[in-house]
Amino acid sequence: MQNTRLVEISVGIFVAAGIAAFFMLGLKVSNFNAFSDVDGYEVRAQFENIGGLKVLSSVSVGGVKIGRVTSIAFDQEDYEAVVTMAIDPQYNRLPMDTSASIFTSGLLGEQYVGFEPGGEEAFLQEGDTIFLTQSAIVLEQVIGQFMFSKASEGAGE
Amino acid sequence: MAIFQQLGSRTLAFFQRLGRANIFLWAVLCGMPGLIFRLRLLIQQVFSVGVLSLVIIVVAGLFVGMVLGLQGYYTLVDFGAEDSLGVMVALSLVRELGPVVAGLLFAGRAGSALTAEIGLMKATEQLSGMEMMAVDPIKRIIAPRFLAGVLSMPLLAAIFSALGVMGGYLAGVGLLGVDEGAFWSQMRSSVDFNDDIMSGIIKSIVFGAVVTWIAVFEGYDAVPTSEGVSRATTRTVVHASLAVLGLDFLLTALMFGEV
Repeated sequence: MQNTRLVEISVGIFVAAGIAAFFMLGLKVSNFNAFSDVDGYEVRAQFENIGGLKVLSSVSVGGVKIGRVTSIAFDQEDYEAVVTMAIDPQYNRLPMDTSASIFTSGLLGEQYVGFEPGGEEAFLQEGDTIFLTQSAIVLEQVIGQFMFSKASEGAGE
Repeated sequence: MAIFQQLGSRTLAFFQRLGRANIFLWAVLCGMPGLIFRLRLLIQQVFSVGVLSLVIIVVAGLFVGMVLGLQGYYTLVDFGAEDSLGVMVALSLVRELGPVVAGLLFAGRAGSALTAEIGLMKATEQLSGMEMMAVDPIKRIIAPRFLAGVLSMPLLAAIFSALGVMGGYLAGVGLLGVDEGAFWSQMRSSVDFNDDIMSGIIKSIVFGAVVTWIAVFEGYDAVPTSEGVSRATTRTVVHASLAVLGLDFLLTALMFGEV
């Protein structure tokens, strides 16, 4: 009797440990609860080129993460990419003329949206659009321009 | 001429065995619903298949994670990318190493024990004794062991992966001084619950089913002598390990192929 009790207790511990490991993987290792992080006020920005920006890429000011990209779409009227971002509600004092640029973290790192605060008195609110934007630097284009200018230089001589 | 004859008979024997294994699996699956009324049998088997494999899984998971942390660090630090150590450790554990290494250990620890146990039952004619008493040995002996294997394996793989991540954390953050925040936050932003963790769990369920299937079939089909049982046990470990590795490739190609 004592023996079966021991067996049952250890099986119970085993199953509980397995489920705990599963939860740990779900909550701590993966971005499963990232969806609840996203709530905040939404701000839009239009870019000519977003490079490798993805949904869930981070949005930061001065290197501090303040939100995430929630959706990326293409506007067929302006032929520009529309990036919607959710900003953490505690950062609600970003001026209206804040500019948004797409940067790369490190030389080969992920791309993110960086805000540069302006000087206006009014603050960005839910649904506002940022007008001052700077596209991602696409390495291939830069190299292409460089080669082109080199080639035309050579032709002029 | 004799060579061809042998070749033919071996081929036929192979297909006969394959067919028998599948018919056996069908019989085991048919015996499964009856287990609801015999939970005690199942718990007993989860103990011997799962709980007794726990020690090797815990130790192996911790050390595999630590080795991944060390080796990954030395490679990544050359590129100044040691902050991605958490991503590397977690993705390789959750997607591949967790299910595969846990499956291999499971085949060695639990599969061999299952085959030897069932083979010995057959050799000492306990199985035919049960049939004489109108007890179906597949329902009474095989089905609970099979289900216990299928249930235990994902739990063992999850424990393996979780402890591996902890091991990588100990080695990377504790010993080598990787930034703790970067370790966890990069891991969380790169590991996806559905794509990575769930597919690892699906893998481990498939491995559990295949390893246990091979183990119980080899035991049930063993030649009822001491030599036959020993051969069957060896075959279980070899075939189950190969099946895990081969299926891993297939499942990886299926699940991650079109990302």
